[in-house]
Amino acid sequence: MTYLWDFAPVLARSDLLVEGLINTVEIAVISIVFGVVIGLALAFLKLSPKRALSYPATILIEFYRNTPPIVHFFWFFYALPVIANISLDPFIAAILALSTQSGAFYAEVFRGGIVSVERGQWEGAKALGMKQSQLMRRVVLPQALTRVFPPFVERSFELTKTTALASTLAYADLMYQAMLVNSETFRPLEVYTTIALMYVVLLVFASTLARVAEAHMTAYRR
Amino acid sequence: MSETILRVTNLQKRFGDLHVLRGIDFAVEPGERIAIIGGSGSGKSTLLRCLNFMESPTSGTIELDGKTLGRPVRGNPDDRLYPEGELCAVRERVGMVFQQFNLFPHMTVLENVMEGLVTVKKMKKQEARECALKELQKVGLADKVDAYPGRLSGGQQQRVAIARALAMMPEILLFDEPTSSLDPELVGEVLRVIRALADEGRTMLLVTHELGFAYHYATKVIFLADGVFHEVGTPDEVLKHPKQERTRAFLSRFTEFSF
Repeated sequence: MTYLWDFAPVLARSDLLVEGLINTVEIAVISIVFGVVIGLALAFLKLSPKRALSYPATILIEFYRNTPPIVHFFWFFYALPVIANISLDPFIAAILALSTQSGAFYAEVFRGGIVSVERGQWEGAKALGMKQSQLMRRVVLPQALTRVFPPFVERSFELTKTTALASTLAYADLMYQAMLVNSETFRPLEVYTTIALMYVVLLVFASTLARVAEAHMTAYRR
Repeated sequence: MSETILRVTNLQKRFGDLHVLRGIDFAVEPGERIAIIGGSGSGKSTLLRCLNFMESPTSGTIELDGKTLGRPVRGNPDDRLYPEGELCAVRERVGMVFQQFNLFPHMTVLENVMEGLVTVKKMKKQEARECALKELQKVGLADKVDAYPGRLSGGQQQRVAIARALAMMPEILLFDEPTSSLDPELVGEVLRVIRALADEGRTMLLVTHELGFAYHYATKVIFLADGVFHEVGTPDEVLKHPKQERTRAFLSRFTEFSF
C-alpha cells in the first residue's frame, strides 16, 4: 500500500505553524540569554576558592545534569504553585526551566574555557595593575569565550530543540501548534514532516550565523 | 630621609615544603640597575615575582617609599594580608616584563600597549593611543601597530611587552629572564632596547643569564644561591673577581665552552 502524501490541508494552516516557529525562537533566544547570565554566575561561583560558594553551585549543576529536562518543566509549572503558592504561566515556566538547565550546562562550558586560559595571561594583566574584575572582562573572558564557542553553540542547539517540551505545558511553540494542526487535519505524517523541516531550516540558518560569528571572533589567530 | 624606593626585609617564600627564599634583605635606590644571577632553582625569579606580588611572600616585609605593604593578620606579625587595591597600586608603579612575553593574543600590538592605560589608568582612548605609539616607536615597532602578537617574532613580541610595561610609566621595571626564550639571533634586539632604558637612567631589576650584558650595564650584581644572597657587589667585583667559591663555580660554567 502506498501512502498518498497530501500537504495541502497542513499548508492551509501554515499561519498556526509560523506562529509556533516564532514562539519557539522567542523562548529559545530569551532562555539562551538568561542561560548565559546564569551560566557565567555559576561558573564563577564554582571556581571560587570559598567552599560556601563553590559547593552550592556544584550541587545545582549536578542536579540539572542528572535529571531529565521534562522534569524541570513539570517542576516549575506544577510544583511551584503548590510549594510556594506561585502560579506561573507556561511561557514563564518554560523560560525558567530552559534557562536554569542550560545555565547549568553553560557553566561547565564557561568554566572549562576560563581555566584553559594560560597563567601567563592572568599574570600579564595583573602586572599592569588590573583588578580581578578588569582582568576577567578584558583578558580572560574574551579568550575563554572564543575557545568555548563551538560547545556553546552545540548546547544552544540542544536548548532550542528542548523548547519542544514547552508544548507539554500548553505553550504555543512549534510542537504544540503542530499538535493543533494535526487534530484539525488528521495528517500527522505531513504535519510532523513539515515541522521537522522548519526546525532544520531554523537551525541551519542559526549554524550559518554561528560560523560567521566564530570566524570573526578567531580572526586574530590567523 | 632616604631616597630608597623599595626595601625588602627578611623576605621568605615557601612553596609547601620547598623553602625557596630564605631571608632576603636589600633596597633599591633610584637609578639603580640590579642584575640578579644564579643557577636554576636558586630563587631568582621567585624573588623578582615577590616584588610585584605575582607571588605572595610567606613572611618578611616589602616597603615602597617607606610604607610597609599589607597589614599583619591578627596574632601573627609575619603573616600579612595584601588587599587587592594596594597590590594593584604597587603593580602600577612596579612594571614587569616576563620570559614568555604574556602579550594578549586577542588584541593588536597597539591595543596591547593601550590596554593598561585605558583600563587601569582610565586614560582617554585618543591619549592612550598617542602614548602607546610613542612607546612602540621607542622599541622600533611603529610599523607593527595593527599586527596581532601571533604574527610577530619572539624578539618583536618581547619589545611590545617592554613597550606595554613602559607605557604605564613605572618607577621600577622588573625583567624576568627577558631573553631566555628567544632564539640567539633575536636576543640582541631586546637587549638593545633594555640598554636604551638603562641609558635613560631607569631603575630596573633584571634576572638574567646574559652575564656580558649584566657586566656592562648593571650597577650592582647579586649572585643568588639556595634562596640567599651569596655575593653582592659591582659587576667587576662579582663577575670578574668573585670572592666566593660558589660564585666562581657558577661563573666557570659560562666560560666552559667559550672560544
